[in-house]
Amino acid sequence: MNIIRNAIAGTMESSDLIVTVTPGSGLTIDIQSPVKRQFGDSIRRSAEEIAQDLGVTDAVISIEDHGALDCTIRARIETALLRASKEE
Amino acid sequence: MSKLINSIEEAIRVTGLKDGMTISFHHHLRNGDYVLNMVVDAIAKAGIKDITINASSIHEVHAPLVDHIKSGVVTGLECNYMGAAVGKEISRGIMKKPVIFRTHGGRPSDIMTGKSHIDVAFIAAPTSDDMGNCTGKIGKSACGSLGYAFSDAEKADKVVVITDNLVPYPLTDFSIPEIYVDYVVSVDKIGDPKGIVSGTTKITRDPVGLKIARYAVECIQASGLLKDGFSFQTGAGGASLAAAAYLKDIMVRDNIKGSYVMGGITGYMVDMLNAGCFEAILDVQCFDLKAVESIRTNPKHREVSGSQYASPTAKSCAVDGLDVVILGATEIDMDFNVNVHTDSNGYIMGGSGGHSDTAAGAKMAMIVAPLVRARVPIVTKKVQCITTPGSTIDVLVTQRGIAVNPARQDLIEKFKAAKLPVVTIEELYDKAMEIVGNYQPVELGDRVVAEVVYRDGTVIDRIRQVIE
Repeated sequence: MNIIRNAIAGTMESSDLIVTVTPGSGLTIDIQSPVKRQFGDSIRRSAEEIAQDLGVTDAVISIEDHGALDCTIRARIETALLRASKEE
Repeated sequence: MSKLINSIEEAIRVTGLKDGMTISFHHHLRNGDYVLNMVVDAIAKAGIKDITINASSIHEVHAPLVDHIKSGVVTGLECNYMGAAVGKEISRGIMKKPVIFRTHGGRPSDIMTGKSHIDVAFIAAPTSDDMGNCTGKIGKSACGSLGYAFSDAEKADKVVVITDNLVPYPLTDFSIPEIYVDYVVSVDKIGDPKGIVSGTTKITRDPVGLKIARYAVECIQASGLLKDGFSFQTGAGGASLAAAAYLKDIMVRDNIKGSYVMGGITGYMVDMLNAGCFEAILDVQCFDLKAVESIRTNPKHREVSGSQYASPTAKSCAVDGLDVVILGATEIDMDFNVNVHTDSNGYIMGGSGGHSDTAAGAKMAMIVAPLVRARVPIVTKKVQCITTPGSTIDVLVTQRGIAVNPARQDLIEKFKAAKLPVVTIEELYDKAMEIVGNYQPVELGDRVVAEVVYRDGTVIDRIRQVIE
Protein backbone atom coordinates (compact mmCIF):
# COMPACT_ATOMS: atom_id res chain seq x y z
CA MET A 1 0.00 0.00 0.00
CA ASN A 2 1.38 3.42 -0.98
CA ILE A 3 1.20 6.47 1.25
CA ILE A 4 0.35 9.34 -1.10
CA ARG A 5 -0.92 12.12 1.15
CA ASN A 6 -0.89 13.40 4.73
CA ALA A 7 -3.56 12.04 7.07
CA ILE A 8 -4.50 12.16 10.75
CA ALA A 9 -6.50 9.91 13.06
CA GLY A 10 -7.33 10.24 16.76
CA THR A 11 -7.87 12.95 19.37
CA MET A 12 -5.97 14.79 22.10
CA GLU A 13 -8.08 13.18 24.84
CA SER A 14 -6.45 11.30 27.70
CA SER A 15 -6.34 7.55 26.95
CA ASP A 16 -6.37 8.31 23.19
CA LEU A 17 -3.67 9.27 20.69
CA ILE A 18 -3.20 11.28 17.51
CA VAL A 19 -1.47 9.56 14.62
CA THR A 20 -0.12 11.66 11.76
CA VAL A 21 1.02 9.86 8.61
CA THR A 22 3.03 11.57 5.85
CA PRO A 23 4.76 10.16 2.75
CA GLY A 24 8.42 9.25 3.20
CA SER A 25 11.07 6.84 2.07
CA GLY A 26 11.52 3.88 4.37
CA LEU A 27 9.47 3.50 7.53
CA THR A 28 9.99 6.14 10.23
CA ILE A 29 8.10 5.85 13.52
CA ASP A 30 8.19 8.77 15.93
CA ILE A 31 6.64 8.31 19.38
CA GLN A 32 5.77 10.86 22.03
CA SER A 33 4.07 9.52 25.15
CA PRO A 34 3.93 10.20 28.88
CA VAL A 35 4.26 6.43 29.32
CA LYS A 36 7.05 5.98 26.76
CA ARG A 37 9.29 4.42 29.42
CA GLN A 38 6.70 1.78 30.23
CA PHE A 39 5.14 1.24 26.81
CA GLY A 40 7.44 2.80 24.16
CA ASP A 41 8.61 -0.58 22.84
CA SER A 42 5.08 -1.95 22.78
CA ILE A 43 3.78 1.08 20.84
CA ARG A 44 6.60 0.79 18.30
CA ARG A 45 5.97 -2.93 17.83
CA SER A 46 2.27 -2.34 17.23
CA ALA A 47 3.00 0.39 14.65
CA GLU A 48 5.46 -1.86 12.80
CA GLU A 49 3.01 -4.74 12.77
CA ILE A 50 0.14 -2.65 11.40
CA ALA A 51 2.39 -1.16 8.70
CA GLN A 52 3.57 -4.63 7.74
CA ASP A 53 0.04 -6.04 7.64
CA LEU A 54 -1.02 -3.24 5.28
CA GLY A 55 2.13 -3.58 3.18
CA VAL A 56 3.31 -0.06 3.97
CA THR A 57 7.09 0.25 3.53
CA ASP A 58 7.49 4.01 2.98
CA ALA A 59 5.89 6.43 5.46
CA VAL A 60 6.50 8.68 8.43
CA ILE A 61 4.20 7.65 11.31
CA SER A 62 4.13 10.23 14.12
CA ILE A 63 2.38 9.10 17.27
CA GLU A 64 1.35 11.52 19.97
CA ASP A 65 0.07 9.20 22.67
CA HIS A 66 -1.85 10.18 25.80
CA GLY A 67 -1.91 6.81 27.53
CA ALA A 68 -4.04 4.85 25.04
CA LEU A 69 -4.52 1.09 25.32
CA ASP A 70 -2.96 -1.13 22.65
CA CYS A 71 -6.27 -1.79 20.84
CA THR A 72 -6.81 1.97 20.50
CA ILE A 73 -3.26 2.50 19.27
CA ARG A 74 -3.63 -0.16 16.58
CA ALA A 75 -7.01 1.16 15.42
CA ARG A 76 -5.78 4.76 15.13
CA ILE A 77 -2.61 3.78 13.23
CA GLU A 78 -4.56 1.60 10.82
CA THR A 79 -7.09 4.36 10.16
CA ALA A 80 -4.40 6.99 9.60
CA LEU A 81 -2.52 4.73 7.16
CA LEU A 82 -5.68 3.90 5.21
CA ARG A 83 -6.64 7.58 4.99
CA ALA A 84 -3.13 8.47 3.80
CA SER A 85 -3.25 5.87 1.05
CA LYS A 86 -6.37 7.25 -0.67
CA GLU A 87 -6.81 10.09 -3.14
CA GLU A 88 -8.91 13.02 -1.86
CA MET B 1 3.69 51.77 68.65
CA SER B 2 3.30 50.12 65.31
CA LYS B 3 4.95 47.03 63.88
CA LEU B 4 4.48 48.32 60.37
CA ILE B 5 7.66 48.39 58.29
CA ASN B 6 8.06 49.58 54.71
CA SER B 7 8.99 46.57 52.65
CA ILE B 8 9.95 42.92 52.46
CA GLU B 9 13.55 44.10 51.97
CA GLU B 10 13.33 45.91 55.29
CA ALA B 11 11.81 42.80 56.91
CA ILE B 12 14.80 40.76 55.79
CA ARG B 13 17.13 43.36 57.29
CA VAL B 14 15.40 43.88 60.63
CA THR B 15 14.77 40.19 61.29
CA GLY B 16 18.50 39.60 60.92
CA LEU B 17 18.01 37.02 58.20
CA LYS B 18 21.35 35.63 57.12
CA ASP B 19 23.13 32.74 55.36
CA GLY B 20 22.13 29.26 56.54
CA MET B 21 18.82 30.22 58.18
CA THR B 22 15.43 28.52 57.86
CA ILE B 23 12.38 30.47 56.77
CA SER B 24 8.80 29.26 56.62
CA PHE B 25 5.59 29.78 54.65
CA HIS B 26 2.03 28.47 54.69
CA HIS B 27 0.16 27.45 51.55
CA HIS B 28 -3.34 28.80 52.08
CA LEU B 29 -3.00 31.02 49.01
CA ARG B 30 -2.32 27.79 47.11
CA ASN B 31 -1.49 28.33 43.44
CA GLY B 32 -2.26 32.05 43.71
CA ASP B 33 0.51 32.77 46.24
CA TYR B 34 2.85 35.67 45.52
CA VAL B 35 4.48 35.86 48.96
CA LEU B 36 6.99 32.99 48.83
CA ASN B 37 8.40 34.20 45.50
CA MET B 38 8.53 37.86 46.63
CA VAL B 39 10.41 36.95 49.81
CA VAL B 40 12.89 34.59 48.17
CA ASP B 41 13.55 37.07 45.34
CA ALA B 42 14.32 39.74 47.95
CA ILE B 43 16.61 37.34 49.83
CA ALA B 44 18.48 36.60 46.59
CA LYS B 45 18.83 40.35 45.88
CA ALA B 46 20.23 40.89 49.37
CA GLY B 47 22.98 38.39 48.54
CA ILE B 48 21.91 35.89 51.21
CA LYS B 49 22.58 32.22 50.45
CA ASP B 50 22.14 28.71 51.82
CA ILE B 51 18.53 29.22 52.94
CA THR B 52 16.25 26.34 53.94
CA ILE B 53 12.58 26.81 53.12
CA ASN B 54 10.08 25.03 55.35
CA ALA B 55 6.72 25.48 53.61
CA SER B 56 3.52 23.55 54.25
CA SER B 57 3.24 23.11 50.45
CA ILE B 58 5.06 24.08 47.26
CA HIS B 59 2.78 24.78 44.30
CA GLU B 60 3.24 25.28 40.54
CA VAL B 61 3.34 29.06 41.06
CA HIS B 62 6.58 28.58 42.99
CA ALA B 63 8.52 27.43 39.90
CA PRO B 64 10.98 30.38 40.27
CA LEU B 65 12.39 28.41 43.23
CA VAL B 66 14.16 26.21 40.69
CA ASP B 67 16.52 29.05 39.72
CA HIS B 68 17.07 29.99 43.37
CA ILE B 69 18.06 26.38 44.07
CA LYS B 70 20.42 26.28 41.09
CA SER B 71 22.09 29.53 42.21
CA GLY B 72 22.57 28.35 45.80
CA VAL B 73 20.20 30.83 47.44
CA VAL B 74 17.97 27.93 48.51
CA THR B 75 19.82 24.76 49.57
CA GLY B 76 17.16 23.03 51.66
CA LEU B 77 13.45 22.35 51.15
CA GLU B 78 10.98 20.91 53.65
CA CYS B 79 7.29 20.57 52.80
CA ASN B 80 4.23 18.32 52.97
CA TYR B 81 3.39 18.51 49.29
CA MET B 82 5.25 19.58 46.15
CA GLY B 83 3.67 20.25 42.75
CA ALA B 84 5.22 18.96 39.54
CA ALA B 85 6.89 22.24 38.48
CA VAL B 86 9.47 22.14 41.26
CA GLY B 87 9.06 18.40 41.89
CA LYS B 88 10.27 17.37 38.45
CA GLU B 89 13.46 19.41 38.83
CA ILE B 90 14.08 17.99 42.30
CA SER B 91 13.66 14.51 40.82
CA ARG B 92 16.28 15.38 38.22
CA GLY B 93 18.67 16.04 41.09
CA ILE B 94 19.16 19.85 41.11
CA MET B 95 19.50 20.06 44.91
CA LYS B 96 22.32 18.48 46.89
CA LYS B 97 20.40 18.00 50.15
CA PRO B 98 17.36 15.69 49.95
CA VAL B 99 13.96 17.36 50.32
CA ILE B 100 12.29 16.53 53.64
CA PHE B 101 8.64 15.56 53.16
CA ARG B 102 6.40 15.57 56.22
CA THR B 103 2.65 15.30 56.67
CA HIS B 104 0.14 18.00 57.58
CA GLY B 105 0.20 16.62 61.12
CA GLY B 106 3.90 15.84 61.29
CA ARG B 107 4.99 19.35 60.31
CA PRO B 108 3.24 21.23 63.14
CA SER B 109 4.23 18.41 65.49
CA ASP B 110 7.91 18.89 64.67
CA ILE B 111 7.60 22.67 64.89
CA MET B 112 5.77 22.66 68.23
CA THR B 113 8.16 20.15 69.81
CA GLY B 114 11.17 22.11 68.61
CA LYS B 115 12.46 19.43 66.20
CA SER B 116 12.01 21.86 63.28
CA HIS B 117 13.45 25.24 64.09
CA ILE B 118 12.25 28.27 62.12
CA ASP B 119 14.31 31.46 62.17
CA VAL B 120 11.83 33.67 60.34
CA ALA B 121 8.21 32.87 59.45
CA PHE B 122 6.59 34.88 56.65
CA ILE B 123 2.83 34.73 57.00
CA ALA B 124 0.70 35.79 54.06
CA ALA B 125 -2.41 37.35 55.61
CA PRO B 126 -5.42 38.50 53.56
CA THR B 127 -6.24 41.00 56.34
CA SER B 128 -4.14 42.31 59.24
CA ASP B 129 -3.94 45.29 61.54
CA ASP B 130 -0.63 47.10 62.14
CA MET B 131 0.13 44.98 65.23
CA GLY B 132 -0.24 41.68 63.37
CA ASN B 133 -3.68 40.46 64.42
CA CYS B 134 -4.55 38.74 61.16
CA THR B 135 -7.08 36.54 59.38
CA GLY B 136 -7.73 34.83 56.06
CA LYS B 137 -11.47 35.27 56.22
CA ILE B 138 -11.73 38.77 54.73
CA GLY B 139 -9.92 40.92 52.19
CA LYS B 140 -9.53 40.88 48.41
CA SER B 141 -7.19 37.87 48.71
CA ALA B 142 -9.39 36.01 51.23
CA CYS B 143 -8.47 32.34 51.54
CA GLY B 144 -10.52 31.31 54.59
CA SER B 145 -8.64 29.25 57.16
CA LEU B 146 -5.00 30.02 58.06
CA GLY B 147 -4.69 26.74 59.97
CA TYR B 148 -1.25 25.65 58.76
CA ALA B 149 0.36 28.97 59.79
CA PHE B 150 -0.48 28.73 63.50
CA SER B 151 2.53 26.64 64.53
CA ASP B 152 4.90 28.84 62.51
CA ALA B 153 3.52 31.98 64.19
CA GLU B 154 3.84 30.46 67.63
CA LYS B 155 7.32 28.99 67.35
CA ALA B 156 9.41 30.94 64.83
CA ASP B 157 12.07 33.25 66.30
CA LYS B 158 10.77 36.14 64.20
CA VAL B 159 7.35 36.43 62.60
CA VAL B 160 6.58 38.75 59.69
CA VAL B 161 2.96 39.20 58.57
CA ILE B 162 2.60 40.26 54.93
CA THR B 163 -0.83 41.64 54.01
CA ASP B 164 -2.62 43.45 51.19
CA ASN B 165 -5.49 44.63 53.37
CA LEU B 166 -4.25 46.66 56.31
CA VAL B 167 -7.05 47.62 58.72
CA PRO B 168 -7.12 49.82 61.84
CA TYR B 169 -6.19 48.22 65.17
CA PRO B 170 -7.72 46.08 66.58
CA LEU B 171 -8.88 43.52 64.05
CA THR B 172 -11.31 41.64 66.29
CA ASP B 173 -11.99 38.51 64.28
CA PHE B 174 -8.33 37.51 64.10
CA SER B 175 -7.01 33.99 63.58
CA ILE B 176 -3.41 34.65 64.57
CA PRO B 177 -2.99 37.14 67.44
CA GLU B 178 -0.47 39.97 67.67
CA ILE B 179 1.35 38.30 70.58
CA TYR B 180 3.35 36.20 68.12
CA VAL B 181 4.04 38.86 65.48
CA ASP B 182 7.20 40.99 65.20
CA TYR B 183 6.63 42.96 62.00
CA VAL B 184 3.85 43.78 59.53
CA VAL B 185 4.45 44.59 55.86
CA SER B 186 1.76 46.00 53.60
CA VAL B 187 2.08 45.15 49.90
CA ASP B 188 -0.11 45.71 46.81
CA LYS B 189 -1.04 42.09 46.35
CA ILE B 190 -0.24 38.92 48.29
CA GLY B 191 -1.76 36.72 45.62
CA ASP B 192 -4.00 36.15 42.64
CA PRO B 193 -7.56 35.38 43.81
CA LYS B 194 -8.07 33.11 40.76
CA GLY B 195 -5.34 30.80 42.03
CA ILE B 196 -6.23 31.11 45.72
CA VAL B 197 -9.76 29.72 45.52
CA SER B 198 -11.54 28.07 42.66
CA GLY B 199 -14.95 29.50 41.77
CA THR B 200 -16.53 26.07 41.96
CA THR B 201 -15.05 22.65 42.51
CA LYS B 202 -16.79 20.27 40.16
CA ILE B 203 -18.07 16.76 40.65
CA THR B 204 -16.90 14.28 38.03
CA ARG B 205 -19.29 13.36 35.18
CA ASP B 206 -17.05 10.49 34.12
CA PRO B 207 -19.12 7.29 34.44
CA VAL B 208 -16.11 5.40 35.83
CA GLY B 209 -15.65 8.01 38.56
CA LEU B 210 -19.35 7.92 39.39
CA LYS B 211 -19.35 4.13 39.64
CA ILE B 212 -16.38 4.26 42.02
CA ALA B 213 -18.15 6.92 44.09
CA ARG B 214 -21.29 4.80 44.32
CA TYR B 215 -19.31 1.75 45.45
CA ALA B 216 -17.49 3.89 48.03
CA VAL B 217 -20.76 5.07 49.56
CA GLU B 218 -22.15 1.53 49.56
CA CYS B 219 -19.02 0.47 51.48
CA ILE B 220 -19.61 3.22 54.03
CA GLN B 221 -23.21 2.10 54.47
CA ALA B 222 -22.19 -1.55 54.78
CA SER B 223 -19.48 -0.74 57.34
CA GLY B 224 -22.06 0.21 59.93
CA LEU B 225 -20.27 3.52 60.61
CA LEU B 226 -22.90 5.68 58.93
CA LYS B 227 -25.11 6.60 61.88
CA ASP B 228 -25.73 9.58 64.17
CA GLY B 229 -22.39 11.08 65.24
CA PHE B 230 -20.67 10.07 61.97
CA SER B 231 -17.42 11.96 61.23
CA PHE B 232 -15.99 12.17 57.76
CA GLN B 233 -13.24 13.54 55.55
CA THR B 234 -12.93 13.49 51.81
CA GLY B 235 -10.55 14.98 49.29
CA ALA B 236 -11.50 17.40 46.54
CA GLY B 237 -10.90 14.96 43.68
CA GLY B 238 -13.78 14.32 41.29
CA ALA B 239 -14.71 10.84 42.53
CA SER B 240 -14.30 11.84 46.20
CA LEU B 241 -16.69 14.77 45.75
CA ALA B 242 -19.16 12.58 43.87
CA ALA B 243 -19.07 10.19 46.84
CA ALA B 244 -19.78 13.12 49.18
CA ALA B 245 -22.78 14.10 47.04
CA TYR B 246 -24.21 10.54 47.16
CA LEU B 247 -23.53 10.41 50.88
CA LYS B 248 -25.41 13.66 51.42
CA ASP B 249 -28.50 12.27 49.66
CA ILE B 250 -28.48 9.21 51.91
CA MET B 251 -27.89 11.20 55.12
CA VAL B 252 -30.72 13.59 54.26
CA ARG B 253 -33.05 10.74 53.25
CA ASP B 254 -32.36 8.66 56.38
CA ASN B 255 -32.12 11.71 58.67
CA ILE B 256 -28.61 10.82 59.88
CA LYS B 257 -27.05 13.56 62.02
CA GLY B 258 -23.29 13.41 61.63
CA SER B 259 -20.81 15.04 63.97
CA TYR B 260 -18.09 16.74 61.95
CA VAL B 261 -16.55 16.89 58.50
CA MET B 262 -12.94 17.89 57.79
CA GLY B 263 -10.22 18.32 55.26
CA GLY B 264 -9.70 20.70 52.43
CA ILE B 265 -13.17 22.25 52.57
CA THR B 266 -15.27 22.73 49.43
CA GLY B 267 -18.79 23.99 48.78
CA TYR B 268 -20.00 20.38 48.90
CA MET B 269 -18.99 20.08 52.56
CA VAL B 270 -20.72 23.42 53.22
CA ASP B 271 -23.88 22.10 51.55
CA MET B 272 -23.75 19.04 53.81
CA LEU B 273 -23.41 21.25 56.89
CA ASN B 274 -26.28 23.47 55.80
CA ALA B 275 -28.44 20.45 55.00
CA GLY B 276 -28.02 19.27 58.59
CA CYS B 277 -25.87 16.24 57.72
CA PHE B 278 -23.16 17.43 60.13
CA GLU B 279 -23.00 19.56 63.27
CA ALA B 280 -19.69 21.19 62.36
CA ILE B 281 -16.90 21.72 59.85
CA LEU B 282 -13.36 21.68 61.24
CA ASP B 283 -11.44 23.62 58.62
CA VAL B 284 -7.67 23.71 58.24
CA GLN B 285 -7.84 24.75 54.55
CA CYS B 286 -10.53 26.20 52.24
CA PHE B 287 -10.62 25.18 48.59
CA ASP B 288 -13.35 27.36 47.10
CA LEU B 289 -15.30 30.61 47.47
CA LYS B 290 -18.29 28.96 49.10
CA ALA B 291 -16.05 27.53 51.83
CA VAL B 292 -14.50 30.97 52.45
CA GLU B 293 -17.95 32.56 52.67
CA SER B 294 -19.09 29.87 55.10
CA ILE B 295 -16.10 30.07 57.47
CA ARG B 296 -16.62 33.85 57.61
CA THR B 297 -20.31 33.71 58.46
CA ASN B 298 -21.19 30.36 60.06
CA PRO B 299 -20.02 29.72 63.65
CA LYS B 300 -20.45 25.98 63.08
CA HIS B 301 -17.70 26.21 60.47
CA ARG B 302 -14.60 26.42 62.65
CA GLU B 303 -11.03 27.22 61.69
CA VAL B 304 -8.54 24.79 63.28
CA SER B 305 -4.75 24.73 63.39
CA GLY B 306 -2.65 22.09 61.67
CA SER B 307 -1.87 20.70 65.13
CA GLN B 308 -5.51 20.35 66.08
CA TYR B 309 -6.22 18.80 62.70
CA ALA B 310 -3.60 16.09 62.75
CA SER B 311 -0.58 16.46 65.05
CA PRO B 312 0.45 13.09 66.55
CA THR B 313 2.10 14.86 69.52
CA ALA B 314 -0.77 17.19 70.38
CA LYS B 315 -2.74 16.07 73.45
CA SER B 316 -5.51 15.21 71.02
CA CYS B 317 -6.31 15.92 67.39
CA ALA B 318 -9.34 15.67 65.14
CA VAL B 319 -8.10 12.98 62.72
CA ASP B 320 -8.14 10.50 65.59
CA GLY B 321 -11.91 10.83 65.88
CA LEU B 322 -12.63 10.22 62.20
CA ASP B 323 -14.95 7.40 61.23
CA VAL B 324 -14.29 7.43 57.49
CA VAL B 325 -11.80 9.12 55.19
CA ILE B 326 -11.86 8.89 51.40
CA LEU B 327 -8.42 9.36 49.82
CA GLY B 328 -6.79 9.12 46.40
CA ALA B 329 -3.70 7.26 45.19
CA THR B 330 -1.32 7.28 42.27
CA GLU B 331 -0.23 3.76 43.18
CA ILE B 332 -1.21 1.10 45.72
CA ASP B 333 0.63 -2.19 46.16
CA MET B 334 -0.05 -5.75 47.31
CA ASP B 335 0.46 -4.67 50.95
CA PHE B 336 -1.93 -1.69 50.51
CA ASN B 337 0.96 0.80 50.77
CA VAL B 338 -0.04 3.99 48.94
CA ASN B 339 2.07 6.41 46.90
CA VAL B 340 0.88 9.97 46.34
CA HIS B 341 4.39 11.46 46.06
CA THR B 342 5.56 10.44 42.59
CA ASP B 343 4.02 9.94 39.14
CA SER B 344 4.31 6.83 36.97
CA ASN B 345 7.75 7.94 35.76
CA GLY B 346 9.07 8.55 39.27
CA TYR B 347 8.90 12.36 39.21
CA ILE B 348 7.74 14.11 42.38
CA MET B 349 4.28 15.62 41.86
CA GLY B 350 2.56 15.55 45.22
CA GLY B 351 3.01 14.52 48.81
CA SER B 352 1.11 13.27 51.79
CA GLY B 353 -0.63 16.42 52.88
CA GLY B 354 -3.05 14.89 55.38
CA HIS B 355 -3.13 11.50 53.60
CA SER B 356 -1.20 9.46 56.14
CA ASP B 357 -2.55 11.39 59.14
CA THR B 358 -6.19 10.73 58.28
CA ALA B 359 -5.50 7.14 57.22
CA ALA B 360 -3.90 6.50 60.62
CA GLY B 361 -6.75 8.14 62.52
CA ALA B 362 -9.87 6.99 60.69
CA LYS B 363 -11.75 3.82 61.62
CA MET B 364 -12.05 3.11 57.89
CA ALA B 365 -9.53 4.59 55.44
CA MET B 366 -10.66 4.18 51.84
CA ILE B 367 -8.73 4.70 48.62
CA VAL B 368 -10.85 5.53 45.56
CA ALA B 369 -9.15 5.28 42.17
CA PRO B 370 -9.74 3.96 38.67
CA LEU B 371 -7.96 0.64 38.13
CA VAL B 372 -6.08 2.10 35.15
CA ARG B 373 -5.38 5.78 34.53
CA ALA B 374 -4.19 6.59 30.98
CA ARG B 375 -2.66 3.09 30.63
CA VAL B 376 -0.93 3.32 34.01
CA PRO B 377 -2.11 0.62 36.42
CA ILE B 378 -3.08 1.89 39.88
CA VAL B 379 -2.33 -1.45 41.52
CA THR B 380 1.35 -2.45 41.41
CA LYS B 381 3.55 -5.14 42.95
CA LYS B 382 5.45 -2.53 44.96
CA VAL B 383 4.89 1.23 45.08
CA GLN B 384 7.76 3.49 43.99
CA CYS B 385 7.41 5.44 47.21
CA ILE B 386 5.50 4.66 50.40
CA THR B 387 3.56 7.76 51.41
CA THR B 388 1.07 5.97 53.65
CA PRO B 389 1.72 2.51 55.12
CA GLY B 390 -0.67 -0.26 54.09
CA SER B 391 -1.30 -1.12 57.73
CA THR B 392 -3.43 2.06 57.93
CA ILE B 393 -5.36 1.53 54.65
CA ASP B 394 -8.51 -0.56 54.89
CA VAL B 395 -10.24 -0.51 51.51
CA LEU B 396 -9.42 0.09 47.84
CA VAL B 397 -12.45 0.93 45.68
CA THR B 398 -12.07 0.65 41.90
CA GLN B 399 -14.66 0.36 39.11
CA ARG B 400 -13.62 -3.29 38.72
CA GLY B 401 -14.10 -4.33 42.31
CA ILE B 402 -13.38 -3.56 45.96
CA ALA B 403 -10.26 -4.94 47.65
CA VAL B 404 -10.19 -5.04 51.45
CA ASN B 405 -7.03 -5.24 53.56
CA PRO B 406 -6.89 -8.85 54.82
CA ALA B 407 -6.35 -7.44 58.33
CA ARG B 408 -9.98 -6.24 58.17
CA GLN B 409 -11.89 -9.53 58.03
CA ASP B 410 -14.78 -7.73 59.73
CA LEU B 411 -15.17 -5.42 56.74
CA ILE B 412 -14.80 -8.27 54.24
CA GLU B 413 -17.72 -10.06 55.93
CA LYS B 414 -19.87 -6.92 56.04
CA PHE B 415 -19.18 -6.03 52.39
CA LYS B 416 -19.88 -9.58 51.21
CA ALA B 417 -23.12 -9.63 53.20
CA ALA B 418 -24.07 -6.39 51.42
CA LYS B 419 -23.39 -8.11 48.07
CA LEU B 420 -20.58 -5.70 47.20
CA PRO B 421 -18.08 -6.90 44.55
CA VAL B 422 -15.26 -7.87 46.93
CA VAL B 423 -12.07 -9.10 45.22
CA THR B 424 -8.50 -9.58 46.37
CA ILE B 425 -5.89 -6.96 45.55
CA GLU B 426 -3.99 -9.65 43.62
CA GLU B 427 -7.03 -10.12 41.39
CA LEU B 428 -7.17 -6.38 40.75
CA TYR B 429 -3.46 -6.41 39.88
CA ASP B 430 -3.92 -9.23 37.37
CA LYS B 431 -6.90 -7.47 35.81
CA ALA B 432 -4.97 -4.19 35.48
CA MET B 433 -2.01 -5.95 33.86
CA GLU B 434 -4.32 -7.68 31.39
CA ILE B 435 -5.85 -4.32 30.37
CA VAL B 436 -2.62 -2.33 29.94
CA GLY B 437 -0.49 -5.11 28.38
CA ASN B 438 3.32 -5.31 28.12
CA TYR B 439 4.02 -3.13 31.15
CA GLN B 440 7.69 -2.36 31.79
CA PRO B 441 8.38 -0.86 35.25
CA VAL B 442 10.49 2.29 35.36
CA GLU B 443 14.06 2.00 36.66
CA LEU B 444 15.19 4.77 39.01
CA GLY B 445 18.68 6.00 39.92
CA ASP B 446 20.45 5.45 43.24
CA ARG B 447 20.78 9.01 44.48
CA VAL B 448 18.22 10.03 47.11
CA VAL B 449 16.46 13.31 46.22
CA ALA B 450 13.87 13.28 49.00
CA GLU B 451 13.14 11.63 52.32
CA VAL B 452 9.58 10.87 53.32
CA VAL B 453 9.11 11.35 57.03
CA TYR B 454 6.05 9.58 58.42
CA ARG B 455 3.93 11.37 61.02
CA ASP B 456 5.74 9.57 63.87
CA GLY B 457 9.08 11.04 62.75
CA THR B 458 10.53 7.89 61.16
CA VAL B 459 11.79 7.95 57.57
CA ILE B 460 9.25 5.69 55.88
CA ASP B 461 10.81 5.86 52.41
CA ARG B 462 13.34 7.63 50.19
CA ILE B 463 12.63 9.01 46.73
CA ARG B 464 15.32 8.39 44.14
CA GLN B 465 16.55 10.44 41.24
CA VAL B 466 14.98 9.95 37.80
CA ILE B 467 17.57 9.14 35.14
CA GLU B 468 16.57 10.68 31.82
